[in-house]
Amino acid sequence: MSFVALDSVKLGAVLDTLCPMHLLLDGTGHIRHAGPAMRKLSPGGAPEGMHLAELLDLRRPRASDRMEALLALAGRKLHFALRMPPRTELKGVLVPLPSEAGAGPGGEAPAGAVLNLSFGISIVDAVRDFALTSADFAATDLAIEMLYLVEAKSAAMEELRRLNTRLDGARIEALEASVTDKLTGLRNRRALEPVLTRMAETGTDFALMHLDLDHFKGVNDTFGHAAGDAVLQAVACRLTSGTRDRDTLIRIGGDEFLLVLPEQSRTEAVADLAHRLTGEIARPIPYGDRRLTVSASIGASLSRGYDPLDPVRMMHDADTALYAAKAAGRGIYRLYTPELGQMGAGRPG
Amino acid sequence: MHGLINQAIERFARATYGNGFWERVCRRRNLPVLTFEAMQSYDPEVTEALLDGMAQVLGKPRGEVLEDIGTFLVSSPSTGALRRLLRFGGTGFVDFLLSLDDLPARVRLAVPELELPQMELREHGARSFSFVVRTEGAGKPWFGHVMVGLLRAMADDYGALVVMEHMGASPGREIIAIMLLEASFAEGRRFDLGARAP
Repeated sequence: MSFVALDSVKLGAVLDTLCPMHLLLDGTGHIRHAGPAMRKLSPGGAPEGMHLAELLDLRRPRASDRMEALLALAGRKLHFALRMPPRTELKGVLVPLPSEAGAGPGGEAPAGAVLNLSFGISIVDAVRDFALTSADFAATDLAIEMLYLVEAKSAAMEELRRLNTRLDGARIEALEASVTDKLTGLRNRRALEPVLTRMAETGTDFALMHLDLDHFKGVNDTFGHAAGDAVLQAVACRLTSGTRDRDTLIRIGGDEFLLVLPEQSRTEAVADLAHRLTGEIARPIPYGDRRLTVSASIGASLSRGYDPLDPVRMMHDADTALYAAKAAGRGIYRLYTPELGQMGAGRPG
Repeated sequence: MHGLINQAIERFARATYGNGFWERVCRRRNLPVLTFEAMQSYDPEVTEALLDGMAQVLGKPRGEVLEDIGTFLVSSPSTGALRRLLRFGGTGFVDFLLSLDDLPARVRLAVPELELPQMELREHGARSFSFVVRTEGAGKPWFGHVMVGLLRAMADDYGALVVMEHMGASPGREIIAIMLLEASFAEGRRFDLGARAP
């Protein structure tokens, strides 16, 4: 007995250095000795005397956790989980002891075994859960290198993620700038097609207004281009505050604007809005110590009148209505009707 | 030059001397005010110009500026990730010193494009070491000075008492003398394997 006990103590000391996460089992599956790392994973830090099945749950291969069954799995890859939370998963391999080292007195009891364990992929969490240090891993173990790599890669990924966020911000800004009219902050011509496509795709009823300033050339000629720019900016501002966030306001060039107004399908409502906008634009615009005055003509078409929806036709018809408005005077609004279309058939341009 | 290196220089300058200082250095070298991306590459001449510019504006030798950068890399909270990665090298300062031969390979594992000069630790006794940095090309030596500052800060981190000196550069190499006076002189900073980098 004393010879055997001494031997397993010696063996345990050797194994503590070579594989700190091992268990030395006796012939009945009870833990006789545990490596320093394995002790950290055990309740109270002292698993000696427990049966292996009380400490670890054999998950794969499915087998009884009696010692005879375990010995039959010698040399195979075993999957365990700790019985106690956090139920860390462990990989293991079991090697039977030569009978003289593990055998009980008289050599009749079955021989014991060494069970060596490791964390596998659960190592990152396990190191934190059990406050392990590099001393808990064998000097030859790659665990520390693996932890290093995990941390180094996360740091590099974090840096890349930050770079990505910055680039994405820059991309969105550039995209925004590409559809924005620099002078007025309204959308530019490039924004028109996507908006009309969206209206068509979602089947939203909408009104299209084509707006043109009446005395704009005069402002430019008399007071200069800076005054002209100020007028355009003031008009843009008044259009913005007179419409809803979901409306799209586009400066398509010079003193021409297109307004795409989703869910505007009632002729009276569109007429009200047009009159409000022309009224707003007609208010004098302060410029230095002068007050400049322009007015706006508006032609509109409603998507409801088109089956199937035809944005190109709608644009053309809003333009026809604008022409009719211009022909009727200044600051006038006209909604497109088929009669207008016939009248305007002979107009130039 | 790898963006990580340029970014380290920039962070050091901004954190230690302020944004105004960094802008002054850039302008002095006729560069736009630079903000470096860690994961991009830059012309090595820009790095040289910035290091010279910093030395000029501070009125210090370049080597001293580089040493300060090395110390900053380990001791500043903003570069905590690097300090942690270095601490993986060993449980004590001597262990750490002996792991330095592997440093270029370790760095390559983390950032494959970041090439560090070859380095070698020579043991002259239990307490006496020299650290040799092999530099390629005709560029001015720089890495050795950074290592002096970095090693000094790492010795502090481990709680070791160390004397270190840059012994100068000959073509192709820089030599640092390291004398270990006391391996565990002070408490040192804690290092939890499982902690997350700040």
